[in-house]
Amino acid sequence: MAGFVLRRVLLVLPSLLGLLIVCFLLIRMVPADPAVALAGDNATPAQIEAIRRSYGLDQPIHVQFLRYLEGVARLDFGQSQFSSRPVAEDIAQRLPATLELTMAALLISVGLGVPLGVLAAVNHNRWPDFVLRVVSVAGVAIAAFWLAIMLQMLFAMQLGWLPLRGQLSAGLTPPPGPTGFLLLDSLLVGRFDLFADALRHLVLPAVTLSLGGLATITRFTRAGVLDTLQKDFVFYERASGYAPRRLVWIYVLRNSVAATVTQIGLLFGGLIAGAVVVESIYDWPGIGSYTVQAILTADSKVMLAVTLLVGLIYAVVNILTDVAHALIDPRLRDRA
Amino acid sequence: MLVLRKFLRDIPAVLGAVIVLGVVLLAIFGPWIAPYPEDAAASHLLRRLRPPSAAFPFGTDNLGRDILSRVILGARGALKVSLAVVGAAMAIGVPLGLVAGYGRGILSEAIMRVTDVFLALPQLILALALAQLLGPSVESAMLALALTYWPFFTRIVHTETQRLRNALFVDALQGIGASTPRILFLHILPNILSPIIVRATIGLGFTILVAAVLGFLGMGATPPDPDWGLAVAQSRSYLPNAWWFATFPGLAILVAVLGFNLLGDGLRDLVDPRLRRSR
Repeated sequence: MAGFVLRRVLLVLPSLLGLLIVCFLLIRMVPADPAVALAGDNATPAQIEAIRRSYGLDQPIHVQFLRYLEGVARLDFGQSQFSSRPVAEDIAQRLPATLELTMAALLISVGLGVPLGVLAAVNHNRWPDFVLRVVSVAGVAIAAFWLAIMLQMLFAMQLGWLPLRGQLSAGLTPPPGPTGFLLLDSLLVGRFDLFADALRHLVLPAVTLSLGGLATITRFTRAGVLDTLQKDFVFYERASGYAPRRLVWIYVLRNSVAATVTQIGLLFGGLIAGAVVVESIYDWPGIGSYTVQAILTADSKVMLAVTLLVGLIYAVVNILTDVAHALIDPRLRDRA
Repeated sequence: MLVLRKFLRDIPAVLGAVIVLGVVLLAIFGPWIAPYPEDAAASHLLRRLRPPSAAFPFGTDNLGRDILSRVILGARGALKVSLAVVGAAMAIGVPLGLVAGYGRGILSEAIMRVTDVFLALPQLILALALAQLLGPSVESAMLALALTYWPFFTRIVHTETQRLRNALFVDALQGIGASTPRILFLHILPNILSPIIVRATIGLGFTILVAAVLGFLGMGATPPDPDWGLAVAQSRSYLPNAWWFATFPGLAILVAVLGFNLLGDGLRDLVDPRLRRSR
C-alpha cells in the first residue's frame, strides 16, 4: 500500500512541474517588459536598467525560472503588490476561511444530493425524475454570481433574515483561536454568540457555492442507483419481501455510491475554483476574493501562487481519491 | 427516423432543443425582434430604472434602456463568443487528440502530458488572469477561454482514437497504403464525431456561462455592449430597488445555458448506447 501511494505521488510530480512552467511562462511572457511596467511611466532608461538588475530580469529566462523554483521550494512566493505582505503569509491567513466555506458547501451538496438522486432513480421516468433532471441541469447552468445576487436581494436586503456580506458582523472580532477556522475557534473558546453569528454569515455563500455540486451529486447518485436497481440481488430481495424503503435506502444505495465518491473528490477542486466568484460577491475573506483582487490589480505573484495552490489541491485530492479506491478495491493496488 | 422518435420522447432534451433554437433565432434576428433596437447604445435618462410595465416588460436600466431589448440583443454576443471559443478549442484540441491517440511515440506521450497539465489548471482563474494580461476586452476573453478549453477535446478524441486505432478498417487502410493524415481525418474523425458534437454542445453552454463571469468581473464585454454578465454587474449599485435590472439578464444566462446542457445531455443519451440503459 505504501508503495502504491508513493507511485501515485511520483506520478503527480511531473504534472506539477509542468504546471509551474506554464504559469511562469504565461505570467512572465505576456507583459512585454516587466521592468518597464514596474518602473512606471516617467522612469529613465537607467532606472529601468536598475530595476531589471535588482529583480534579476536581466538573467536568461531559465535562470529566472530556476530562481523562482528555489523560492517556491522555500514557500517564498514574493510580496503581494496590493497588500504589501508576503504572499505565503496572506494565503496562510485566508485559507481557513475558504476551507470552511468549501466544506460547508460540500456538506450541503452531499447531504441533499444523495437523497434527491435516490428519489429521482426510484421514480425513474416519472415526473419527479423529469423535474429533478431539469433542476440538476439548471444547477450547473446557473451563474453563481447571479444566484448570489438574487439570494442577497431576497434574504438579506428584502427579508433581512441573513447578513449581506462578510464573515462576522461589524464590531465583533474573531476569537484568538488556535486553528484559524472561525467556527471551530469560537466553539473552542466557548464564544457561542460568535459561533451563531459566523454560522448566519456562512449560510448564503455556502448555499450559492453548493449548487453546482448538488446537481452533480444528484446526477451521479441517480445513475448509480438506477444501475444497481437492475441487479439480480435486488430482484431476489424484492421477491423475498424486504421492505422496499429499507431495500432502496440501505442495500441499493450502499452498492451505488462508488461513482459518487469519485465525484466528491473531483468536486472539491471545483469548489475551490468556484469560491473565486462567490467570495468576491459576499466579501468572504478567503483565497477567492484575494485572487480576484490580484487579477484586477494584475498582481502576478499572487496569481502564480494561487494557481499553484489550486493545482496542488487538485493533485492531492486526486491522489486521495485513488488511494480511497485502492482501499475499497484491493485489485487496483497492483495497477498504475 | 427511429432516432428522431426516440429523441422526441425525451422531454428535457426537446425542451433544450427548443431553447437553443430560440437563442439562435434571437442571435440572428435580434435587431428586428427587439422592441427598442437602438437601446444597444442609446441612453434615455428621462426613463431611468422604470419597473416592468406594458411598454417595458423587463423594465429599464440605469441609463433608461429597455432591458428586454438588451437581453434579446445580448444573445448574438453570447452565441458569437461561445461559437468562436468552442470552434477554436476544437481546431486546437481535435487534431492533437487524433495524433496523440493514433501514434505510440514520444510525441503522443508529450501531447497528453501537456494536456494533463492544462486540465489541472484552474480554468476560471487562468482565463481571468489571461484576460487581464491581454487587456480586458471581448477578444481577449475569447482567446483566454479557447486556450483553456481545448484540452477537453484532446482528451475525448485521444480516448476515442485509441479505441479505433486497431479497428479492422484502419488495418485495411494501412494495408492499401493510405497516408496517416488521410486515415486520421477522412476515416477515424467521421467515426468519432458524435462524442465531439456532444462535448461541443455542452461546451457552448459552459462557455456562455464563463464568458458571463468574465463580463461580470469586468474582464470581458465592455460598456455599452448589451452583455448579460455585464448587465448583472451594473445592476449591483441599484439593488434591491431595481430588482428587474439584475433578474432578467441573469435569467437569460440561465435559460440559454440550460438549453445547451439539456440538448447536450439528450444527444449523449442518443449516441452513446452504453449510457442508454441507465437513463
